[in-house]
Amino acid sequence: MTKLVVISAGLSVPSSTRLLADRLTAATVEALEEVEVTHVELRDLAHQVTDQLLTGFPGAELAAAQEAVRAADGLIVVTPVFSASYSGLFKSFFDVLETGVLDGKPVLVAATAGTARHSLVLEHALRPLFAYLHAVVVPTGVFAATEDFAAHDLDSRVVRAAGELALLMGKVSRVDSAVSVSVRRTTQDEFAEPTPFEQLLRQASGR
Amino acid sequence: MQFGIFTVGDVTADPTTGRTPSEHERIKATVAIAKKAEEVGLDVFATGEHHNPPFIASNPTATLAYIGAQTERIILSTATTLITTTDPVLIAEDYAKIQHLTDGRVDLMMGRGNTGPVYPWFGKDIRDGINLAVENYALLRRLWDEDVVNWEGKYRTPLQGYTSTPRPLDGVAPFVWHGSIRSPEIAEQAAYYGDGFFHNHIFWPAGHTKQMVDLYRRRFEHYGHGTADQAIVGLGGQFFMRKNSQEAVNEFRPYFDNAPVYGHGPSLEDFTEATPLTVGSPQQVLERTLGFRDYVGDYQRQLFLVDHAGLPLKTVLEQLDLLGELLPELRKGMAEGRPAHVPDAPTHASLVAAAGGAHDSTVHAVDDVTGTTDREEVTA
Repeated sequence: MTKLVVISAGLSVPSSTRLLADRLTAATVEALEEVEVTHVELRDLAHQVTDQLLTGFPGAELAAAQEAVRAADGLIVVTPVFSASYSGLFKSFFDVLETGVLDGKPVLVAATAGTARHSLVLEHALRPLFAYLHAVVVPTGVFAATEDFAAHDLDSRVVRAAGELALLMGKVSRVDSAVSVSVRRTTQDEFAEPTPFEQLLRQASGR
Repeated sequence: MQFGIFTVGDVTADPTTGRTPSEHERIKATVAIAKKAEEVGLDVFATGEHHNPPFIASNPTATLAYIGAQTERIILSTATTLITTTDPVLIAEDYAKIQHLTDGRVDLMMGRGNTGPVYPWFGKDIRDGINLAVENYALLRRLWDEDVVNWEGKYRTPLQGYTSTPRPLDGVAPFVWHGSIRSPEIAEQAAYYGDGFFHNHIFWPAGHTKQMVDLYRRRFEHYGHGTADQAIVGLGGQFFMRKNSQEAVNEFRPYFDNAPVYGHGPSLEDFTEATPLTVGSPQQVLERTLGFRDYVGDYQRQLFLVDHAGLPLKTVLEQLDLLGELLPELRKGMAEGRPAHVPDAPTHASLVAAAGGAHDSTVHAVDDVTGTTDREEVTA
């Protein structure tokens, strides 16, 4: 059984961060044949994360979350943007994680914020953090500003990112068009074998 | 089974009065605490070795020798001696000297240090921590066990035909414990030499202790020093007790809440549940302590931390009185169901007996020209 752990650092209930995490989870579950999902809501662990910063050892619930992360085949991590970066709580969770736990682990990074002006936080903050932790970050990160929750566009990015994560995690149940988008064609490919115009027409209309 | 106390010599403000003792007061208090430990019937007093404020625990050998001169019976030990950053030649000399001065009432515990910068302060690199502990101890062992040592290693200058003086008392080196919270290499090291293994067993969940002690016991047997349950295990522990359990909680809470290490973190209740800290009545301390055997097996040495977090000297001495009153019960409880083949902690006397008796291992100087010693010249 493939194990997926979803870490969400939203603070309000309900939170848009959790909402995005749920959409990414649903898309990943759909792309995988059999998967066991564990949700880690960092708000519930905030005290224990701080305690571990001070004492060096985790409380029972945090220890269980860390064990789930250790055993996971892949992670979805979602943080709200606070002061131009991931939230302190989100970072602290990874600060107290034992060294080496994320080595080689596929991770889908995602973030939420009030406006799209924060969107590069994925590339400038989350990606370096998980590169440092030796995780394998999937090529597509998903950023959702508040307005994105009303747009069609978010779904296609969610599905593409989830497909990429599923490919790295193991058995994929169906390779749909969204996943195959990650196999990019170059201009040279087009000269060698042009994409049939009917397909260009379909892609142009977004279907 | 030995019972005792260990201190790290922290100079901490008393949160109930805001008053911080001076270094002088704290140093003198440490001596008073050690003398009190002997008075109430404890077997061991151990001091840490820290080289930075707010601690007064540098130069432990002076402290131990001074206490040794004012006590009769108590075993003096360390918790811990920095085998990483201290020249093993100095450790060999210092503790052999204290052995002689105290007629064998000394053993020591090896550790790696309380703070990262202690490495550069002594010209070492923290990334070499384990390697330093391994190489330095290998040299220390030889300096005590062999009269003349030729040695070359990575971390200090070579030694040629070197004799560490004074030679260990009665030809027997002080017993050594190795302390570590969660470095399996140190449990392996203790097992390899058949030395003792000590787990600090304070501030950390019992799971850390169990996993280290299990490994040490398994490897002790592997290296042929005896069965796993004959390995020499020591534990730390921490309590605050009053006759009435609620009184203990009320009095200790401000010290807990503001303590170095764990203060401003988990609640007293959470922490006592997660770690071996017990705050309550003597009966509660007794039961909790006797329960340590449930996860480490029958063991040899129990040391308690009683003098940290700004507790005033008067309170610490009261705690020692209470511990003294509890001692007969603790000893009785620990003896219950203890198999006869589980040994006591080695002492100087037992080590001498195991070595087939005392022998003077004094090394007399050899004349470079004639090849004779002064002793031979006298007897010739």
